[in-house]
Amino acid sequence: MSRIRDDYEHSLWCRLVRWVNGETDPMKGKMEMEPLRESDLIGDSVYNPDRLDRKKVEQYLEDTEKNTEIRAFRVLYSMASVALCLLLIAVLLLAVSWLPVLGDPNGPNNNEVSARYVEKGMEESGAVNMVTNMILSYRGFDTFGETCVLFIAATCVIVLLRKNEEEIENARETDWKYEPKPDAILQKTTLVLVPIIFLYGFYIILNGHLSPGGGFSGGATIGAGLILYVTTFGFHKTQRFFGEKTYEIVKVGALSLYSVTMIYYFYTGANQIRSMIPLGTPGNILSSGMILPINIFVGLEVACTMYAFFALFRRGGM
Amino acid sequence: MSLVQNFPCFSIVICMAAGIFSTPLKGKQAKRMTLAVVTMVAMMSVLTLLYVMDAGGSFVYTMGRFPAPWGNEIRAGILETLLATIFSLVMLFSLLGGMDQVFRDIDETKVNLYFILVDLLLSSLLAIIYTNDLFTGYVFVEINTIAACGMIMIRRSGRSLIAATRYMVMSLIGSGLFLIGLAMLYDISGHLLMENVHEAVTHLVQTGEYGIPLLVIISFITVGLAIKSGLYPFHSWMPDAYGYSTISSSSILSALVSKSYIILLIKIFYRVIGFDNIVISKIVNVLFVFGLVGMVMGSVSAIMAKDIYKMIAYSSIAQIGYIYMGIGLATEEGMIAAVFHVLTHAITKSLLFLSAKGLTVASGRKRSFSALQGAAFRNPLAGAAFLVGSLSMVGTPMLAGFISKLLFAMAALGATSEKVLITLIVLAVSTILNAVYFLHTVVRIYTPVNVPEEYKYMRVHASPGTAAALFWLIFLNFFMGMMSQPITDLIRFGIEMFA
Repeated sequence: MSRIRDDYEHSLWCRLVRWVNGETDPMKGKMEMEPLRESDLIGDSVYNPDRLDRKKVEQYLEDTEKNTEIRAFRVLYSMASVALCLLLIAVLLLAVSWLPVLGDPNGPNNNEVSARYVEKGMEESGAVNMVTNMILSYRGFDTFGETCVLFIAATCVIVLLRKNEEEIENARETDWKYEPKPDAILQKTTLVLVPIIFLYGFYIILNGHLSPGGGFSGGATIGAGLILYVTTFGFHKTQRFFGEKTYEIVKVGALSLYSVTMIYYFYTGANQIRSMIPLGTPGNILSSGMILPINIFVGLEVACTMYAFFALFRRGGM
Repeated sequence: MSLVQNFPCFSIVICMAAGIFSTPLKGKQAKRMTLAVVTMVAMMSVLTLLYVMDAGGSFVYTMGRFPAPWGNEIRAGILETLLATIFSLVMLFSLLGGMDQVFRDIDETKVNLYFILVDLLLSSLLAIIYTNDLFTGYVFVEINTIAACGMIMIRRSGRSLIAATRYMVMSLIGSGLFLIGLAMLYDISGHLLMENVHEAVTHLVQTGEYGIPLLVIISFITVGLAIKSGLYPFHSWMPDAYGYSTISSSSILSALVSKSYIILLIKIFYRVIGFDNIVISKIVNVLFVFGLVGMVMGSVSAIMAKDIYKMIAYSSIAQIGYIYMGIGLATEEGMIAAVFHVLTHAITKSLLFLSAKGLTVASGRKRSFSALQGAAFRNPLAGAAFLVGSLSMVGTPMLAGFISKLLFAMAALGATSEKVLITLIVLAVSTILNAVYFLHTVVRIYTPVNVPEEYKYMRVHASPGTAAALFWLIFLNFFMGMMSQPITDLIRFGIEMFA
């Protein structure tokens, strides 16, 4: 004969059945119930989850005065993170002290790899600037990857900040507050400075294979020039020569041409087909094979990305 | 050079190009292009696999005009091409299966951005699999991280933003440690190409030079990649990231992204440091212990979970634990079991996520177990798919999960004596825990009592794409379960080719 247990609710079997049936009460045992009030009674049922004020519950739970568990955890957590950082610093310092001396001519990283970059770089890839040779020609695949990192970072920022039609309309209505006020000194200075900045940016890009510089640094310079123009004259004037359409055409065009160039380069290189792009005489502007066009593509892409970051953060669109 | 040898390079570069070309397209067009590209990559990977099997050896492909230590190169062996094949297939099915949800969850203006992220993610997965150069590996790890982060946050809801932030922080810590490790490795070896680094490291180990930096490098690279793949104590980002992103993202993230880091780690172990040196450094024992803890703790958390997606996410933590346990056994058998489990988990976890989505759609998009009562009757195909996935994860014969459990157990017997017993015990405990939470869910979805009134008579029919994806994933599960011997042999050859 079975007998009914008083504490059946708490028995192991009952808890198992409740778990299998998915009827567990998540708040059980975690919270004190407040005494019932008239307003808690809705129809036949007494329990009304909507009445739980989540903010209040969270505030209560996070109040370190009352919740000793959380207080202890926070103290422990900050102590542990400081200890971990100190340990990491110690390990790194220890490891660094055992590494070879920087600039040692007999060190392991002064080997045949860098020797060829320095000695044969100009002859083999045609650019006077050794760094450009290395990143765009010898290790062109890595640099294509890096450009894609920049591209995908810009895509993620667009994912985060691009607004839909309605929001853009709203943004247009409120955006005038952030538009610059006509300021004679600023505008005159910008009018003088911006052409020089653009010119200098193009110079860095076009001379990337001859002197320090290249697509990334030149593009950043041009992007900075665009941002200066926008902050002085506002979006309305900028859109006359650089709107969303222009931005898309320039960016997609540059990147597509870049990827097509790279596919051609990989295919001809690996299959030992003679490349159609002449190397030219090192030192001339029109030399170094595909390095010059790639510098231009990268420069345009970087300039567009810089400007797009600014525009997206400011109002979620061009 | 035959045309097939170009395919690994082509498959990486057309993915990148497709991502770039998708920028000005509308969502639908970008979708078609992405599906076409993924299918092409899958076909090219199959052809390369057949070519490599036929040639009986791996080949290297120079990316550009300059040969390897100066230029970049990629390498295709049996393991690489096998992984590329399975990964691109799983990618295709995850996209097909979740396509309705992609267009539902994501703003219309952003759908093409989603496909840009997917294209670049696939290119980075392939590049990580094929790379023969450490720095190329790092560059594509970066693309992988950013793309994964974008895929989590593109669904507009507060929770997915929090999940993406958490993922970003954890993942960047991992990348940082990995990069520091690589920089120091370059400093003491002077090379980035895997073979040359391996030569230099072997020499250093023999002479005993730079012992301390080498140990620090090995631990930084291992810990960095372990954090990125979500080994047990570093798992806190997983449940939210998998639970609140759109279903294709969850499926791709859990099935492929976390696996790619494990593959990179295995590659570094074999081709850069040398597996013997790794065993000497004892880092495998650390991975072994955390793998074991993860196997149990992941399952326990999954039992406690109140939400079907979180349950599957916690189950992923346990499965990642299995893989690291296999690596930690420090034998070739253990490594084969780990790689086999990578494949098993990729096809099973994507199946589980896609079918769980079908079940929740049939329950008014509620994810709690009480709402899922009898959901398998409302969406029969998703129910069957979930049943197959669960049985596979638990380890039922004829399914892929059984073979990986068997391989793990056999590998454990061949390991050093102190690891045998503990591995077998934890394997048994973890299997029972797996059975508890998966079969609990299966019982729930096949019990038509206590069904909430509002969707008692609801019927959901899977769209053709979803049905095809589920069908093919079920088929792959049975295929790997019943044709396990050839696949294990392929993995064995592949790993031998690594060394």
